[in-house]
Amino acid sequence: MKRVALTELAAVIRSKNAGPYELTLDILFKEVEDYLFLKRINFFTRELFAELYHVPLARIINLVYFDPAAAVKCTMVRAVVSGAVGDTDIYGAQQHTPLLTLQVPAREA
Amino acid sequence: MSLRPLRVLSPTAILGYGFPEASFRNGLKKQPDLIGVDAGSTDPGPYYLGAGKSFAARPAVKRDLEFILKGAMALSIPCIIGTAGGAGAREHVRWTEAIIAEIAREQRLRFRMGVIGADVSKDLVLRAMQEGRVRPLSPAPELTADEVAASVRIVAQMGPEPVIAALENGCQVVLCGRCYDPVAFAAPAIQRGYDVGLALHLGKILECAAIAATPGSGSDCVLGTLFDDCFELESLNPQRRFTRISTAAHTLYEKTDPYRLPGPGGTLDLSAARFEALEGGRVRVSGTRFEPAVPYTLKLEGVKRAGFRTISLAGIADPVLISCLDAVLDEVKERVREGIASNGRVLFHVYGRNQVLRPAIAFEGAPAHDLGVVMEAVADDQETANAICSYVRSTLLHFGYPGRIATAGNLALLYSPSDIPCGEVFEFNIYHLLEVADPESLFPIEVREVGA
Repeated sequence: MKRVALTELAAVIRSKNAGPYELTLDILFKEVEDYLFLKRINFFTRELFAELYHVPLARIINLVYFDPAAAVKCTMVRAVVSGAVGDTDIYGAQQHTPLLTLQVPAREA
Repeated sequence: MSLRPLRVLSPTAILGYGFPEASFRNGLKKQPDLIGVDAGSTDPGPYYLGAGKSFAARPAVKRDLEFILKGAMALSIPCIIGTAGGAGAREHVRWTEAIIAEIAREQRLRFRMGVIGADVSKDLVLRAMQEGRVRPLSPAPELTADEVAASVRIVAQMGPEPVIAALENGCQVVLCGRCYDPVAFAAPAIQRGYDVGLALHLGKILECAAIAATPGSGSDCVLGTLFDDCFELESLNPQRRFTRISTAAHTLYEKTDPYRLPGPGGTLDLSAARFEALEGGRVRVSGTRFEPAVPYTLKLEGVKRAGFRTISLAGIADPVLISCLDAVLDEVKERVREGIASNGRVLFHVYGRNQVLRPAIAFEGAPAHDLGVVMEAVADDQETANAICSYVRSTLLHFGYPGRIATAGNLALLYSPSDIPCGEVFEFNIYHLLEVADPESLFPIEVREVGA
């Protein structure tokens, strides 16, 4: 299957705390069609995020396809609670980078 | 029943983040029924609740409040400030109250103000635990009596009920301790009988002001208008607009599940929410429902002290050292353990090779031209943290490693003094739900006649 960079299809790729114990990742698509295609083939899974972030599957709390924003959201348990000794990203705002190099199946034109 | 449209002005995402004067004036021209502003968040981490300090600077908070209070007085409308001082404990409320008193004096303003506390005593939490009324907000662990004893400050997020009580008491300004973010915008609407789900969803968006518009901004004004069966959003700066995507996207922001948003006393259900673009850069939202929960729960937030911190900042440019840095840092840690008998902790943060991503994912790029190193010591008191950091810095500076060519020093130290004492370190240790019979009982209201 032909592949395309996620950064080509997404308008927004971001990470942020969802409370001090959770990290949440959002991918917002430019075109609803691309979103619906990847949703239909169920490309984004808990397993995919666990692999991308090198975390056990049990740490993935939630994976949601959110139609109103043509968005995919994955929430996971933080490696270190926000601001605790050893945390290096208090707001969780720079944890999105593994998604920037992700290749996803291309939709047939 | 048909209610007249209720207009809510939100000047900025966090009190003290600022806003353009022109946007605020545009907002006042729309004849709002309320100015709401959120001052708080747990995002800046546990320090601010622990230390009782604000994360926004006093001059910035005073500047924003001066516009807001003068605007509210000129239009004779209420003004509600949520989560005073960033974390909403007693110290933060008093700090904000002093700024308000100063503005009232300087600007000759007179108003009745309700000040609502949100502090929760350890005894109350312990009693509630014994009665089985406390449970963790997953993934926080089960709460123990030891953790409650270790906490330095505990607050609860108030729902709309205490704010409504203050408004019914004739308070034109309501200054809240820790409060569920949408409450500062939704309380008057709920008081007047608007749909609770729509009022809270509107509040969810307004508490971040123009962050939900495009281009987004944490420091600009927006207006929300609430109707019987929907609400509409508009930017008060012509350079921004709301779009269907920007508004729906905001529903994802900082949330675990965008379809279900739990809060005090119930859950917002967005599974039937509709976002429609309107002309003029406006968006209409409908279909959000509120499901009340029984029993009523409040979110508790608490922090404990984890020690004191000292750091030192340096760069490393030597390619030989860069090639064997991990082994050197391990040996330095070992030397420090031998040299200083203490239970303090030593951490190295090496920037320039995948430091930011956690858990650390193996770095596969070419070695960096230079690296940034943060040397960190955390100990039970500041003096010990200073001593450990100093020892770490001097050991690493002169550490002899195999193949070393540059024998004069290993670090490009950034400052003199090279070590920076950072003070107390805190950690979140309470993030739990508390069941209550009466949603007002934890939040005492003091009424003041300001400027009288």
